[in-house]
Amino acid sequence: MSSTQTHHTDPQTATLANLAVSPTGFVFDPRTGATFSVNPSGRALLEGIRDGLSLDALVDKLADDFEAAGADLRRDAMEFARSLKDQGLLPNTFELA
Amino acid sequence: MRAFTGTVAVTGLNATDNPGPGVAVIRALRADPLFQGQIVGLAYDALDPGVYLPGLLDAAFMVPYPSAGRGAIFERLAYIKHRVGLDVLLPTLDSELPAFLDQEETLRAMGIGTFLPTRAQYEQRAKARLHELRTQHGVAVPDSEPIYEAHDLIRLGQRMGYPLVVKGVFYGAEICHTHAEAVGAFHKAAAKWGLPIIVQQYIPGDDLCVAAVGDGQGGLIGAVPMKKLMVTDKGKGWAGVTVQDEPLMALTRDVMRALKWRGPCEVEALRDAAGGYHLLEINPRFPAWVDLSMGAGNNLPMAAVRLSRGEPVAPQADYIVGAAFVRASVNQIVNIADLAPLSTIGELHPDSQTSRAFA
Repeated sequence: MSSTQTHHTDPQTATLANLAVSPTGFVFDPRTGATFSVNPSGRALLEGIRDGLSLDALVDKLADDFEAAGADLRRDAMEFARSLKDQGLLPNTFELA
Repeated sequence: MRAFTGTVAVTGLNATDNPGPGVAVIRALRADPLFQGQIVGLAYDALDPGVYLPGLLDAAFMVPYPSAGRGAIFERLAYIKHRVGLDVLLPTLDSELPAFLDQEETLRAMGIGTFLPTRAQYEQRAKARLHELRTQHGVAVPDSEPIYEAHDLIRLGQRMGYPLVVKGVFYGAEICHTHAEAVGAFHKAAAKWGLPIIVQQYIPGDDLCVAAVGDGQGGLIGAVPMKKLMVTDKGKGWAGVTVQDEPLMALTRDVMRALKWRGPCEVEALRDAAGGYHLLEINPRFPAWVDLSMGAGNNLPMAAVRLSRGEPVAPQADYIVGAAFVRASVNQIVNIADLAPLSTIGELHPDSQTSRAFA
Protein backbone atom coordinates (compact mmCIF):
# COMPACT_ATOMS: atom_id res chain seq x y z
CA MET A 1 0.00 0.00 0.00
CA SER A 2 1.39 3.33 -0.97
CA SER A 3 0.42 6.30 1.16
CA THR A 4 2.14 9.09 -0.63
CA GLN A 5 1.09 8.79 -4.25
CA THR A 6 -0.65 11.85 -5.61
CA HIS A 7 -3.13 11.35 -8.42
CA HIS A 8 -4.73 14.72 -8.70
CA THR A 9 -3.96 18.28 -7.70
CA ASP A 10 -7.52 19.65 -7.45
CA PRO A 11 -7.78 21.14 -3.94
CA GLN A 12 -11.37 19.85 -3.75
CA THR A 13 -10.11 16.28 -3.92
CA ALA A 14 -6.66 16.76 -2.37
CA THR A 15 -7.54 14.70 0.70
CA LEU A 16 -8.79 11.84 -1.46
CA ALA A 17 -5.62 12.03 -3.52
CA ASN A 18 -3.58 11.52 -0.39
CA LEU A 19 -5.42 8.34 0.67
CA ALA A 20 -3.72 4.98 0.33
CA VAL A 21 -6.10 2.42 -1.16
CA SER A 22 -5.26 -1.28 -1.22
CA PRO A 23 -6.47 -3.59 -4.00
CA THR A 24 -8.93 -5.11 -1.51
CA GLY A 25 -10.47 -1.75 -0.63
CA PHE A 26 -8.69 -1.05 2.67
CA VAL A 27 -8.20 2.70 2.89
CA PHE A 28 -5.69 4.57 5.05
CA ASP A 29 -5.67 8.32 5.60
CA PRO A 30 -2.02 9.17 6.30
CA ARG A 31 -2.90 12.57 7.84
CA THR A 32 -5.22 11.29 10.54
CA GLY A 33 -4.32 7.61 10.79
CA ALA A 34 -7.96 6.72 10.11
CA THR A 35 -8.70 3.48 8.30
CA PHE A 36 -11.87 2.22 6.67
CA SER A 37 -13.01 -0.26 4.07
CA VAL A 38 -14.89 0.14 0.83
CA ASN A 39 -16.46 -2.54 -1.34
CA PRO A 40 -15.50 -2.78 -5.04
CA SER A 41 -18.12 -0.29 -6.19
CA GLY A 42 -17.16 2.08 -3.34
CA ARG A 43 -13.56 1.83 -4.39
CA ALA A 44 -14.50 2.59 -7.99
CA LEU A 45 -16.45 5.66 -6.86
CA LEU A 46 -13.70 6.83 -4.49
CA GLU A 47 -11.06 6.55 -7.17
CA GLY A 48 -13.35 8.10 -9.79
CA ILE A 49 -14.13 11.14 -7.64
CA ARG A 50 -10.47 11.41 -6.71
CA ASP A 51 -9.57 11.43 -10.41
CA GLY A 52 -12.09 14.17 -11.17
CA LEU A 53 -14.72 12.16 -13.05
CA SER A 54 -18.07 13.83 -13.63
CA LEU A 55 -21.30 12.34 -12.31
CA ASP A 56 -22.14 11.02 -15.77
CA ALA A 57 -18.70 9.48 -16.11
CA LEU A 58 -19.00 7.86 -12.70
CA VAL A 59 -22.34 6.34 -13.64
CA ASP A 60 -20.88 5.04 -16.88
CA LYS A 61 -17.94 3.57 -14.99
CA LEU A 62 -20.21 1.78 -12.51
CA ALA A 63 -22.38 0.50 -15.35
CA ASP A 64 -19.35 -0.84 -17.21
CA ASP A 65 -17.44 -2.27 -14.26
CA PHE A 66 -20.37 -3.87 -12.44
CA GLU A 67 -22.78 -4.54 -15.29
CA ALA A 68 -25.38 -2.44 -13.53
CA ALA A 69 -27.86 0.09 -14.86
CA GLY A 70 -30.64 2.41 -13.85
CA ALA A 71 -31.29 5.57 -11.88
CA ASP A 72 -29.92 3.95 -8.72
CA LEU A 73 -26.37 4.39 -9.98
CA ARG A 74 -26.67 8.17 -10.08
CA ARG A 75 -28.22 8.22 -6.60
CA ASP A 76 -25.56 5.82 -5.24
CA ALA A 77 -22.76 8.00 -6.55
CA MET A 78 -24.24 11.12 -4.97
CA GLU A 79 -24.82 9.35 -1.65
CA PHE A 80 -21.27 8.10 -1.67
CA ALA A 81 -19.94 11.62 -2.25
CA ARG A 82 -22.10 12.86 0.64
CA SER A 83 -20.67 10.12 2.83
CA LEU A 84 -17.15 11.25 1.94
CA LYS A 85 -18.12 14.78 2.99
CA ASP A 86 -19.48 13.48 6.29
CA GLN A 87 -16.12 11.80 6.90
CA GLY A 88 -14.22 15.00 6.16
CA LEU A 89 -12.66 13.51 3.04
CA LEU A 90 -14.33 15.99 0.70
CA PRO A 91 -15.07 19.65 1.48
CA ASN A 92 -18.69 20.61 2.07
CA THR A 93 -18.49 22.80 -1.03
CA PHE A 94 -17.81 19.82 -3.29
CA GLU A 95 -20.55 19.00 -5.78
CA LEU A 96 -20.65 16.14 -8.27
CA ALA A 97 -21.39 17.74 -11.59
CA MET B 1 28.08 4.26 9.55
CA ARG B 2 29.97 1.49 11.31
CA ALA B 3 28.56 -1.43 13.27
CA PHE B 4 27.88 -1.09 16.98
CA THR B 5 29.59 -3.84 18.96
CA GLY B 6 29.28 -2.70 22.58
CA THR B 7 27.06 -3.90 25.41
CA VAL B 8 23.81 -2.05 26.13
CA ALA B 9 21.78 -2.31 29.33
CA VAL B 10 18.03 -1.68 29.05
CA THR B 11 15.41 -1.42 31.80
CA GLY B 12 11.61 -1.56 31.63
CA LEU B 13 11.15 -5.28 30.88
CA ASN B 14 7.71 -5.43 32.49
CA ALA B 15 5.87 -6.35 29.32
CA THR B 16 2.39 -6.46 30.85
CA ASP B 17 -0.89 -4.99 29.55
CA ASN B 18 0.63 -1.63 30.51
CA PRO B 19 4.12 -2.43 29.27
CA GLY B 20 7.40 -0.79 30.01
CA PRO B 21 9.31 0.30 26.90
CA GLY B 22 12.26 -2.07 27.40
CA VAL B 23 11.16 -4.90 25.11
CA ALA B 24 10.29 -2.48 22.30
CA VAL B 25 13.64 -0.69 22.67
CA ILE B 26 15.53 -3.99 22.50
CA ARG B 27 13.53 -5.30 19.56
CA ALA B 28 14.36 -2.12 17.66
CA LEU B 29 18.06 -2.56 18.42
CA ARG B 30 18.05 -6.23 17.48
CA ALA B 31 16.40 -5.42 14.16
CA ASP B 32 19.10 -2.96 13.14
CA PRO B 33 21.64 -4.70 10.87
CA LEU B 34 24.40 -2.51 12.30
CA PHE B 35 23.66 -3.54 15.86
CA GLN B 36 26.11 -6.34 16.56
CA GLY B 37 26.43 -5.81 20.29
CA GLN B 38 25.18 -7.54 23.42
CA ILE B 39 22.04 -6.60 25.33
CA VAL B 40 21.69 -6.90 29.07
CA GLY B 41 18.26 -6.65 30.66
CA LEU B 42 17.95 -4.91 34.01
CA ALA B 43 14.95 -6.34 35.87
CA TYR B 44 13.12 -5.21 38.98
CA ASP B 45 11.20 -8.48 39.28
CA ALA B 46 12.29 -12.02 38.50
CA LEU B 47 9.01 -12.39 36.58
CA ASP B 48 9.54 -9.39 34.32
CA PRO B 49 8.19 -10.98 31.12
CA GLY B 50 10.80 -9.48 28.82
CA VAL B 51 13.50 -11.54 30.50
CA TYR B 52 11.98 -14.74 29.11
CA LEU B 53 11.40 -13.64 25.52
CA PRO B 54 13.56 -15.96 23.39
CA GLY B 55 16.46 -14.25 21.68
CA LEU B 56 15.91 -10.90 23.35
CA LEU B 57 18.68 -10.77 25.96
CA ASP B 58 22.25 -11.95 26.27
CA ALA B 59 22.03 -11.69 30.05
CA ALA B 60 19.70 -10.32 32.71
CA PHE B 61 20.39 -8.90 36.16
CA MET B 62 18.16 -7.91 39.01
CA VAL B 63 18.63 -4.28 40.01
CA PRO B 64 17.46 -2.49 43.14
CA TYR B 65 14.32 -0.37 43.03
CA PRO B 66 14.94 3.37 42.65
CA SER B 67 13.85 3.84 46.27
CA ALA B 68 17.03 2.00 47.34
CA GLY B 69 18.97 5.10 46.37
CA ARG B 70 21.59 6.02 43.84
CA GLY B 71 24.43 4.34 45.74
CA ALA B 72 22.81 0.91 45.57
CA ILE B 73 21.99 1.29 41.89
CA PHE B 74 25.47 2.45 40.90
CA GLU B 75 27.05 -0.32 42.94
CA ARG B 76 24.94 -2.83 41.03
CA LEU B 77 25.87 -1.26 37.70
CA ALA B 78 29.55 -1.53 38.62
CA TYR B 79 29.06 -5.22 39.35
CA ILE B 80 27.27 -5.79 36.03
CA LYS B 81 29.99 -3.87 34.22
CA HIS B 82 32.54 -6.15 35.84
CA ARG B 83 30.58 -9.32 34.96
CA VAL B 84 29.57 -8.74 31.34
CA GLY B 85 30.90 -5.34 30.34
CA LEU B 86 28.58 -2.38 29.96
CA ASP B 87 29.05 0.46 27.48
CA VAL B 88 25.64 2.10 27.29
CA LEU B 89 22.76 2.45 29.73
CA LEU B 90 19.26 3.10 28.33
CA PRO B 91 16.85 3.68 31.23
CA THR B 92 13.24 3.54 30.02
CA LEU B 93 11.11 4.14 33.14
CA ASP B 94 10.04 7.50 34.56
CA SER B 95 10.61 6.40 38.14
CA GLU B 96 14.27 5.46 37.70
CA LEU B 97 15.36 8.52 35.74
CA PRO B 98 16.00 10.85 38.71
CA ALA B 99 18.77 8.53 39.90
CA PHE B 100 20.64 8.97 36.61
CA LEU B 101 20.06 12.67 35.90
CA ASP B 102 23.17 14.86 36.07
CA GLN B 103 25.24 11.71 36.63
CA GLU B 104 26.67 11.54 33.16
CA GLU B 105 30.24 12.24 34.31
CA THR B 106 30.09 9.64 37.07
CA LEU B 107 28.73 7.03 34.68
CA ARG B 108 31.26 7.96 32.03
CA ALA B 109 34.03 7.47 34.58
CA MET B 110 32.62 3.97 35.06
CA GLY B 111 32.82 3.47 31.29
CA ILE B 112 29.03 3.68 30.83
CA GLY B 113 27.58 6.11 28.29
CA THR B 114 24.14 7.73 28.56
CA PHE B 115 22.21 10.35 26.61
CA LEU B 116 19.68 11.78 29.05
CA PRO B 117 18.06 15.11 29.82
CA THR B 118 19.46 17.38 32.49
CA ARG B 119 17.58 17.62 35.76
CA ALA B 120 16.39 21.09 34.78
CA GLN B 121 14.96 19.79 31.49
CA TYR B 122 13.39 16.83 33.25
CA GLU B 123 11.67 19.06 35.81
CA GLN B 124 10.58 21.63 33.27
CA ARG B 125 8.53 19.06 31.37
CA ALA B 126 6.81 17.78 34.52
CA LYS B 127 3.01 17.87 34.38
CA ALA B 128 2.86 20.49 37.10
CA ARG B 129 5.08 22.85 35.09
CA LEU B 130 3.94 22.09 31.56
CA HIS B 131 1.86 25.29 31.44
CA GLU B 132 5.14 27.24 31.65
CA LEU B 133 5.90 26.11 28.10
CA ARG B 134 2.86 28.14 27.06
CA THR B 135 3.58 31.21 29.15
CA GLN B 136 7.35 31.30 28.54
CA HIS B 137 7.78 29.77 25.11
CA GLY B 138 4.43 30.12 23.38
CA VAL B 139 3.95 26.38 22.96
CA ALA B 140 0.27 25.45 22.60
CA VAL B 141 -0.61 23.89 25.95
CA PRO B 142 -4.20 23.73 27.25
CA ASP B 143 -4.92 26.10 30.12
CA SER B 144 -3.79 24.23 33.24
CA GLU B 145 -2.79 24.93 36.80
CA PRO B 146 -1.31 22.85 39.62
CA ILE B 147 -3.31 23.09 42.84
CA TYR B 148 -2.81 21.92 46.42
CA GLU B 149 -6.29 22.57 47.82
CA ALA B 150 -9.60 21.16 46.58
CA HIS B 151 -11.36 24.51 47.05
CA ASP B 152 -9.28 25.91 44.18
CA LEU B 153 -11.50 23.78 41.95
CA ILE B 154 -14.28 26.36 42.38
CA ARG B 155 -12.11 29.08 40.88
CA LEU B 156 -10.76 26.84 38.11
CA GLY B 157 -14.21 25.49 37.29
CA GLN B 158 -15.37 29.06 36.71
CA ARG B 159 -12.32 29.86 34.61
CA MET B 160 -12.11 26.71 32.49
CA GLY B 161 -15.73 25.54 32.57
CA TYR B 162 -16.85 21.93 32.68
CA PRO B 163 -15.86 19.34 31.74
CA LEU B 164 -12.28 19.75 32.89
CA VAL B 165 -9.48 17.26 33.45
CA VAL B 166 -8.05 16.38 36.87
CA LYS B 167 -4.60 14.80 36.60
CA GLY B 168 -2.33 13.11 39.10
CA VAL B 169 1.15 14.57 39.43
CA PHE B 170 2.72 11.42 37.93
CA TYR B 171 -0.05 9.40 36.33
CA GLY B 172 -3.73 9.27 35.55
CA ALA B 173 -6.28 11.74 34.22
CA GLU B 174 -10.01 11.94 34.82
CA ILE B 175 -12.51 13.96 32.82
CA CYS B 176 -14.90 15.59 35.30
CA HIS B 177 -18.27 17.01 34.32
CA THR B 178 -19.25 18.61 37.63
CA HIS B 179 -17.59 20.25 40.60
CA ALA B 180 -18.50 17.23 42.75
CA GLU B 181 -16.77 14.88 40.31
CA ALA B 182 -13.70 17.10 40.26
CA VAL B 183 -13.46 17.14 44.06
CA GLY B 184 -13.71 13.34 44.11
CA ALA B 185 -11.04 13.02 41.43
CA PHE B 186 -8.82 15.49 43.31
CA HIS B 187 -8.85 13.42 46.51
CA LYS B 188 -8.48 10.12 44.64
CA ALA B 189 -5.42 11.32 42.69
CA ALA B 190 -3.93 13.04 45.76
CA ALA B 191 -4.23 9.85 47.82
CA LYS B 192 -2.54 7.82 45.10
CA TRP B 193 0.15 10.14 43.76
CA GLY B 194 0.40 13.02 46.20
CA LEU B 195 0.23 16.74 45.46
CA PRO B 196 -0.03 18.88 43.47
CA ILE B 197 -3.00 17.96 41.34
CA ILE B 198 -3.05 19.40 37.85
CA VAL B 199 -6.32 20.81 36.60
CA GLN B 200 -6.47 21.16 32.86
CA GLN B 201 -8.93 22.62 30.40
CA TYR B 202 -10.73 19.83 28.55
CA ILE B 203 -10.37 19.92 24.77
CA PRO B 204 -12.09 17.17 22.78
CA GLY B 205 -10.17 15.74 19.88
CA ASP B 206 -7.86 13.02 18.60
CA ASP B 207 -4.98 11.82 20.78
CA LEU B 208 -1.65 11.63 18.99
CA CYS B 209 1.81 10.57 20.13
CA VAL B 210 5.33 11.24 18.89
CA ALA B 211 8.40 9.24 19.83
CA ALA B 212 11.42 11.51 19.59
CA VAL B 213 15.08 12.02 20.41
CA GLY B 214 16.27 15.54 21.13
CA ASP B 215 19.87 16.58 20.55
CA GLY B 216 20.15 18.66 23.72
CA GLN B 217 20.73 21.85 21.72
CA GLY B 218 17.11 22.49 20.78
CA GLY B 219 17.13 20.30 17.70
CA LEU B 220 15.56 17.00 16.79
CA ILE B 221 17.59 13.90 15.96
CA GLY B 222 14.50 12.03 14.86
CA ALA B 223 10.78 11.76 15.50
CA VAL B 224 7.99 9.40 14.50
CA PRO B 225 4.32 10.37 14.99
CA MET B 226 1.71 7.72 15.71
CA LYS B 227 -2.07 7.59 15.84
CA LYS B 228 -3.54 4.92 18.09
CA LEU B 229 -5.86 2.53 16.28
CA MET B 230 -6.83 0.52 19.35
CA VAL B 231 -6.53 1.36 23.05
CA THR B 232 -6.81 -0.62 26.27
CA ASP B 233 -9.14 0.38 29.09
CA LYS B 234 -6.18 2.37 30.46
CA GLY B 235 -5.91 4.27 27.22
CA LYS B 236 -2.69 2.52 26.22
CA GLY B 237 -2.16 1.99 22.51
CA TRP B 238 -2.60 -1.65 21.52
CA ALA B 239 -2.35 -0.90 17.81
CA GLY B 240 -1.21 2.21 15.99
CA VAL B 241 0.04 3.62 12.73
CA THR B 242 2.54 6.27 11.70
CA VAL B 243 0.90 9.32 10.20
CA GLN B 244 1.89 12.23 8.02
CA ASP B 245 1.20 15.19 10.26
CA GLU B 246 3.35 18.26 9.75
CA PRO B 247 1.61 20.44 12.40
CA LEU B 248 2.24 17.69 14.97
CA MET B 249 5.89 17.52 13.94
CA ALA B 250 6.10 21.32 14.18
CA LEU B 251 4.72 21.12 17.73
CA THR B 252 7.35 18.50 18.54
CA ARG B 253 10.10 20.73 17.15
CA ASP B 254 8.72 23.63 19.24
CA VAL B 255 8.94 21.47 22.37
CA MET B 256 12.51 20.41 21.59
CA ARG B 257 13.49 24.02 20.97
CA ALA B 258 11.84 25.26 24.16
CA LEU B 259 13.30 22.60 26.43
CA LYS B 260 16.56 21.93 24.57
CA TRP B 261 15.55 18.36 25.28
CA ARG B 262 18.36 15.82 25.38
CA GLY B 263 17.60 12.17 24.80
CA PRO B 264 14.48 10.08 24.24
CA CYS B 265 10.96 11.25 24.96
CA GLU B 266 7.34 10.85 23.98
CA VAL B 267 5.25 13.89 23.14
CA GLU B 268 1.52 13.42 23.70
CA ALA B 269 -0.72 15.87 21.88
CA LEU B 270 -4.31 16.45 20.90
CA ARG B 271 -5.78 17.64 17.61
CA ASP B 272 -9.04 19.49 18.14
CA ALA B 273 -12.02 19.57 15.79
CA ALA B 274 -10.79 22.81 14.21
CA GLY B 275 -7.40 21.29 13.42
CA GLY B 276 -5.55 23.01 16.28
CA TYR B 277 -2.82 21.11 18.13
CA HIS B 278 -2.28 21.13 21.90
CA LEU B 279 0.57 19.65 23.90
CA LEU B 280 -0.75 17.36 26.64
CA GLU B 281 2.32 15.69 28.14
CA ILE B 282 6.00 15.00 27.63
CA ASN B 283 7.15 11.62 28.88
CA PRO B 284 10.92 11.66 29.57
CA ARG B 285 11.66 8.30 27.95
CA PHE B 286 10.79 6.19 24.93
CA PRO B 287 7.20 4.93 24.68
CA ALA B 288 6.41 1.20 24.70
CA TRP B 289 5.59 1.36 20.98
CA VAL B 290 8.99 2.76 19.99
CA ASP B 291 9.87 -0.33 17.93
CA LEU B 292 7.43 1.19 15.42
CA SER B 293 10.16 3.76 14.73
CA MET B 294 12.32 0.89 13.53
CA GLY B 295 9.45 -0.34 11.35
CA ALA B 296 9.13 3.18 9.98
CA GLY B 297 12.79 3.27 9.00
CA ASN B 298 13.86 5.79 11.64
CA ASN B 299 15.30 3.63 14.42
CA LEU B 300 15.22 5.95 17.42
CA PRO B 301 16.60 3.48 20.03
CA MET B 302 19.59 2.87 17.75
CA ALA B 303 20.15 6.62 17.52
CA ALA B 304 19.99 6.87 21.33
CA VAL B 305 22.56 4.09 21.70
CA ARG B 306 24.98 5.76 19.32
CA LEU B 307 24.52 9.15 21.00
CA SER B 308 25.09 7.52 24.38
CA ARG B 309 28.34 6.14 23.05
CA GLY B 310 29.38 9.62 21.97
CA GLU B 311 29.03 8.92 18.25
CA PRO B 312 27.71 11.69 16.02
CA VAL B 313 24.20 11.01 14.69
CA ALA B 314 22.84 13.07 11.82
CA PRO B 315 19.24 14.22 12.19
CA GLN B 316 16.82 12.09 10.20
CA ALA B 317 13.47 13.62 9.38
CA ASP B 318 12.20 10.86 7.10
CA TYR B 319 10.03 7.99 8.20
CA ILE B 320 7.58 5.67 6.49
CA VAL B 321 3.96 6.78 6.75
CA GLY B 322 1.60 3.84 7.23
CA ALA B 323 3.93 1.66 9.30
CA ALA B 324 1.67 0.00 11.86
CA PHE B 325 1.96 -2.11 14.97
CA VAL B 326 -0.47 -4.56 16.50
CA ARG B 327 0.53 -5.61 20.01
CA ALA B 328 0.10 -9.22 21.12
CA SER B 329 -0.18 -10.75 24.55
CA VAL B 330 1.34 -14.23 24.62
CA ASN B 331 2.09 -16.84 27.22
CA GLN B 332 5.76 -17.73 27.30
CA ILE B 333 6.22 -21.37 28.22
CA VAL B 334 9.31 -21.95 30.34
CA ASN B 335 10.51 -24.50 32.83
CA ILE B 336 10.19 -23.47 36.46
CA ALA B 337 13.96 -23.89 36.63
CA ASP B 338 14.28 -20.97 34.22
CA LEU B 339 12.91 -18.70 36.92
CA ALA B 340 15.48 -19.79 39.47
CA PRO B 341 18.61 -17.79 38.55
CA LEU B 342 17.10 -14.32 38.78
CA SER B 343 15.16 -15.26 41.92
CA THR B 344 18.20 -16.64 43.72
CA ILE B 345 21.49 -15.23 42.46
CA GLY B 346 19.95 -12.22 40.74
CA GLU B 347 21.36 -12.86 37.31
CA LEU B 348 20.59 -14.97 34.28
CA HIS B 349 22.86 -15.96 31.43
CA PRO B 350 20.66 -17.83 28.94
CA ASP B 351 23.58 -19.62 27.27
CA SER B 352 24.71 -21.07 30.57
CA GLN B 353 22.83 -24.33 31.11
CA THR B 354 24.20 -24.65 34.63
CA SER B 355 22.47 -21.47 35.64
CA ARG B 356 19.09 -22.83 34.58
CA ALA B 357 18.85 -26.49 35.48
CA PHE B 358 17.97 -27.92 38.84
CA ALA B 359 20.77 -30.05 40.32
